[in-house]
Amino acid sequence: MFDSLSSKLQNAFRNLRGLGKISEDNIAESLREVRTALLEADVHFKVAKDFIEQVKQKSLGQEVLASVQPGQQIVKFIHDELVTLLGSDHHALQLSGNPSSILLVGLHGAGKTTTAGKLARLLSKQGRSPLLVAADVYRPAAMNQLETLGQQLNQPVFAKHGQNDVLSIAREATEFALANNRNTLIVDTAGRLQIDEPLIQELVRLRDLLKPQEILLVLDAATGQEAVNVATHFDKALGITGVILTKLDGDARGGAALSLRAVTGKPIKFVGVGEKHDDFEPFHPQRIAGRILGMGDVVSLVEKAAEAIDEEDARKLEEKMRRGQFTLQDFLDQLRAMKKLGSLESVVNLLPGGAEIAKNNDLGKSEREFKRMEGMICAMTTQERSRPELLNAKRRLRIAKGSAVTVAELNTTLNKFAQMQDMMKKMGKLQKMMGRAGGAGLGKFMGR
Amino acid sequence: MGLFDRFKAALGKTNAVLTHEIKRVFSGSPKLDATSMETIEVALLSADFGVSMTSRILKAVKTSYESQGSQSSSVSEIAQREVISALQQTTPVANGIASALRIVSVVGVNGTGKTTTCAKLAYLQQTAGHKPMLAACDTFRAAAVDQLKVWGTRLNIPVIAGAPGADPAAVAHDAVVAAESRGIDWLYIDTAGRMHTKANLMQELQKIHRVIAKKIPGAPHDVLLVLDASTGMNAFAQAREFHSTVQLTGLVVTKLDGTSKAGMIVAIQHELGIPVRYVGLGENPDDLQPFDATAFAQALFAA
Repeated sequence: MFDSLSSKLQNAFRNLRGLGKISEDNIAESLREVRTALLEADVHFKVAKDFIEQVKQKSLGQEVLASVQPGQQIVKFIHDELVTLLGSDHHALQLSGNPSSILLVGLHGAGKTTTAGKLARLLSKQGRSPLLVAADVYRPAAMNQLETLGQQLNQPVFAKHGQNDVLSIAREATEFALANNRNTLIVDTAGRLQIDEPLIQELVRLRDLLKPQEILLVLDAATGQEAVNVATHFDKALGITGVILTKLDGDARGGAALSLRAVTGKPIKFVGVGEKHDDFEPFHPQRIAGRILGMGDVVSLVEKAAEAIDEEDARKLEEKMRRGQFTLQDFLDQLRAMKKLGSLESVVNLLPGGAEIAKNNDLGKSEREFKRMEGMICAMTTQERSRPELLNAKRRLRIAKGSAVTVAELNTTLNKFAQMQDMMKKMGKLQKMMGRAGGAGLGKFMGR
Repeated sequence: MGLFDRFKAALGKTNAVLTHEIKRVFSGSPKLDATSMETIEVALLSADFGVSMTSRILKAVKTSYESQGSQSSSVSEIAQREVISALQQTTPVANGIASALRIVSVVGVNGTGKTTTCAKLAYLQQTAGHKPMLAACDTFRAAAVDQLKVWGTRLNIPVIAGAPGADPAAVAHDAVVAAESRGIDWLYIDTAGRMHTKANLMQELQKIHRVIAKKIPGAPHDVLLVLDASTGMNAFAQAREFHSTVQLTGLVVTKLDGTSKAGMIVAIQHELGIPVRYVGLGENPDDLQPFDATAFAQALFAA
């Protein structure tokens, strides 16, 4: 529903074209749509209400430019407003003192332990010497989890099995850090409910002892209306310095981020975006804003593509395509590069309105087809890959057997490939022709 | 403490918020006007009921009010009726194939409390006089296997585990073999947390189930999705995706003791027809309770 927010808004605003001003009456319906989008994104209802009020105030009296669709303008306006609310710049960690310390707090299952590991890796890459401190004395095997993470990341972990007093763990960890030249303590605490007073008091005592430079609330991106309660309670009790939003690799819209920011005013410093240790990034307000409004995340897609595709390779490939020298091997390389971007579905989801496409098409099926094609090409020899004309019946039978497909399916794929190659050749020629004819020729071609 | 009291205590906060709002609306302004409707709407939305469930209840309240007047039924009664009716729209999904060994697969996204829930479920069967066993198939998360083993030792329930990084389907296979030879009657499979958006991880789950089904046709007999009570609208997406991948037979809602928002359960059950089977109301092994829709709705709206 919210995926088409922009188009819905544009519909609502279409009637407004030609009007010089946006009035309270004519934007009411659209603002209702925006409110629904915010609520579906788990933005707290009060925050959503205030936000709508603000947008209304600011929209009224804004001139509607003749060239721009008012709908688009309002969407952009709302997006910008969201970005401002979420905080415009990245807030780095403020770490001073030796050893300095970071306290990670939050509900059960928010991802504190995993985040501790990711943070240690990041800080050590930045030249600091972190020490992971296992202060979760309640959950079974929580200390083992941190120790295993430490081993995987090659970062030291301070853990005392059987010790139930977090204060004494903290004291000993500080001594250990001083003795071993570790300058940053990352303290992984047990998950607790914000209303569990004895456990919250334990954190207060831990804070008073350690005097941490950063107290970071770790919050699951999928948290609902409860996010506001959680944030206010933890902030009141401890005075948090920032927030880490985890599990943003799912499809939760992350409205909790907006709620948090609005009620505590504390910045969101990092986001967890996957299960691997380096799936941890500084927070980008623009992206969350787009996500909350269901506007896709083209920036992330471009970044992903830049990571997966080598520019030089791409240039060479283009050249080959133009000359009609695109081989099965190139096709295979392309299939593999595409896979690096993630599943087809996750890629499509990053596009504006992409979730709609993903819902209405069986992308999993296309993906399986790609996989089969990959298998077929892999079953060919290098020679065959560059000269498909070599593929006689016997060879085809071998390849079909080797990649567990029928010869008919292999033939279809090869025919499709031949068609593709043909088209590329034609396009290459067309491009050459147009290049010679110049701008005027192109104009004529386009029928102008 | 009885079941109803437990629910009531755990949901006290929600209850307080809702009844306060509703009382305020109706003592202040007996007319069912736009403002009072909006106030009810806000109360429901803030309990994570979701936009569609909220408008459904609002509609029912309006219809009922207009046909009977404010005297005959209070808003909370109407809302309660609506919640119960939404919770009853379920398809019976329990697998009918008889088997001496019943296998329950426990699935969900990361950090919802699958491991703890597995232990609690097994404990529930143990106290009922059955012989449960746990299979630690979360070979991905660091020390997840250790966590389940600690529970096993604590509750005196056998645990079958593989090495970290082992194929979870292989561990599941071994667990089924072991359970059969030891005469176990309930086997709980603790799977790794996975985002419902990761196609390959969802396929891994299918593989685990395929392997189990090869050993015992019709297994797993139950597939329970564990949901964190504090999750908002994304809970729908989670339930929908897991359901389309592994055909869920029920939900377990955890951490319901701390939150004032429980409306998400109603919305999911209404829209997807997957029943809530258990709720986690605390950190002790016996804090997992079978779900009772009527008691739940009563506790949610009781004055």
